Amino acid sequence: MKNFGKYFLKRVFFMVITLWLIITVTFFLMKLLPGSPYANQEKLSPEQIEILNKQAGLDKSVPEQYVIYMKNIMKGDFGTSFQFKNQPVAKLLRNRIGPSLQLGAQAIVFGTFIGIILGLIAALRQNTWVDTGATLIAILGRSIPNFVFAVLLQYVFSVKFKLFPIAGWNGFASTILPTFALAMSPLADTGRFIRTEMVEVLSSDYIELARAKGLSYWEVAFKHGLRNSLIPLVTLLGPLAVALMTGSLVVENIFAIPGIGEQFVKSIMTNDYPTIMAVTILFSALLVVVILIVDLLYGVIDPRIRVSGGEH
Amino acid sequence: MEKVLEVKDLKISFDTFAGKVHAIRGVEFDLYRGETLAIVGESGSGKSVTTRSIMRLLAKNANVDSGTIMFKNEDLNKKDDKAMQKIRGRDIAMIFQDPMTSLNPTMTIGKQVAEPLRKHEKISKKEAMNTALELLRLVGIPDAEKRLNNYPHQFSGGQRQRIVIAIALICRPEILIADEPTTALDVTIQAQIIELMKDIQEKIRTSIIFITHDLGVVANVADRVAVMYGGRIVEIGTSEEIFYNPQHPYTWGLLSSMPTLETQDSLYAIPGSPPDLLDPPTGDAFYPRNEFAMQIDTEETPPFFEISPTHKAATWLLAPQAPKVTPPQEIVNRHQHFQKIMKERELVQKKLREV
Repeated sequence: MKNFGKYFLKRVFFMVITLWLIITVTFFLMKLLPGSPYANQEKLSPEQIEILNKQAGLDKSVPEQYVIYMKNIMKGDFGTSFQFKNQPVAKLLRNRIGPSLQLGAQAIVFGTFIGIILGLIAALRQNTWVDTGATLIAILGRSIPNFVFAVLLQYVFSVKFKLFPIAGWNGFASTILPTFALAMSPLADTGRFIRTEMVEVLSSDYIELARAKGLSYWEVAFKHGLRNSLIPLVTLLGPLAVALMTGSLVVENIFAIPGIGEQFVKSIMTNDYPTIMAVTILFSALLVVVILIVDLLYGVIDPRIRVSGGEH
Repeated sequence: MEKVLEVKDLKISFDTFAGKVHAIRGVEFDLYRGETLAIVGESGSGKSVTTRSIMRLLAKNANVDSGTIMFKNEDLNKKDDKAMQKIRGRDIAMIFQDPMTSLNPTMTIGKQVAEPLRKHEKISKKEAMNTALELLRLVGIPDAEKRLNNYPHQFSGGQRQRIVIAIALICRPEILIADEPTTALDVTIQAQIIELMKDIQEKIRTSIIFITHDLGVVANVADRVAVMYGGRIVEIGTSEEIFYNPQHPYTWGLLSSMPTLETQDSLYAIPGSPPDLLDPPTGDAFYPRNEFAMQIDTEETPPFFEISPTHKAATWLLAPQAPKVTPPQEIVNRHQHFQKIMKERELVQKKLREV
């Protein structure tokens, strides 16, 4: 356990360094973007723009702005949005991150769960029509963009059968269709991964030994096969989870979900510096945390890569 | 002696893209209680397929074309998969070749050893773990109670093979099939594992089928030896009979290619290559490589000729009409040694009778 604490602290330290690097690089890259926050607002006179720039601290040199920004975020102040009704960025994001996170989490849980089952069945019924069907689903899920699914789902389940609301953000029922749409790609990826991995695992010696113990085919698959085929999946899941949880612009738009994806794109188009920075920080923080979780998960699934180690 | 297993006329083939591979072409043997029967032969001779068919652990493209495998008065070939699951691990258990890969890397060894017991007997988790602990001690894992929760990668190769043996023995099987259990181990560890198997056999009176291509190991463990070639048993007898009174030219070749301390020149190798079982030769499968082959060897499969009640060989050389041939010098030496042993034994028995 002592080893583990040391490992954990080291990881957290490197996470902070990573975040700082991302913030710095993004900050300077963002300043290279053409245009300025108020340039496209034709109603404002040049004098007014100058006043606004001064108010936002944009008249200072870029390094100076960077130092001020870093000081502010240390205090937890992410600034005020230039565009969205002059709200504090933190508040703006707080209202928006919820739906994106919820949808993403639902999609990843649903997608991987169904994907694992699909991959398992395909592997256990290798080279039969079941396998072919599962592969087909995986190929479709991977190659058809999720907004196409979104529209299709809306048409079938909302327009034709009127089972779920067509769009909006009112309770669980309204999350089901966007979850399905978002879940297609993790489902397809997981399915393919698990199938390949499981086929390989099922031909290993310890599976034969498990059969020789008198376990049934399914017992062997679940007790000995599944866990060993999950290891590579974890690698895939980390980035996928972040991508889904941080929102999908198109799907959020189609279902009129007040998520974060839409806001991110708008903030880039309008040079809304504080919002761009805050969303970037949020995304990268999520990513480094997920990567840490993934690394810890490896240890849970595969004892050979457990950090604390055992006695030898 | 009591028979525990009786294999008769077993024929197994595999469907492949190239055609039907006739891997087993009429194998027959008996296994007696408490004995160790070694099956020797080169790669592809059908040793593993034979034993895997007893466990019904054959690949999906395998067909059992004919034959019976009698165990406890029942034909295993007639049993369905459910019934076979009850036999596997409980009545017949198996040890595999490579201990580095035959344990599940993500399951504690305590759980793995206890698993067959949990599967076959109504027993609590705790009791199963206690029995597992007992078995791990029996196979010589030091500090076993501390190591129940360890994973396979925390053990050495030799220790892992001990664990595999513990798994095989936990339900006290009637038959233990060991498929080259020492091939993947260092020589010193090999000796330990073999000692362990002998020791355990004495303790729980199980019958062992020991597959190997290492004749040195055979001499050390086996009561009886079956020599396989081209999907058939060509000679079977007690260890003594096979080692010192071999009759089949293939057995001669096998024994001559075994290095001894006296080996000075280059080691003998049987010329040619094993038969193509996609299209097995008629007659004696060994005839293309057999310097003593006769016309009849190419035409008719030789039946078993009995040399003693325990010893028989399938070669036309033993037919009454066959010409006398002189086996290789190495074999002649062995035959002389055998004669000497037999004479001494007769003398001893004579004296015993007088007393």
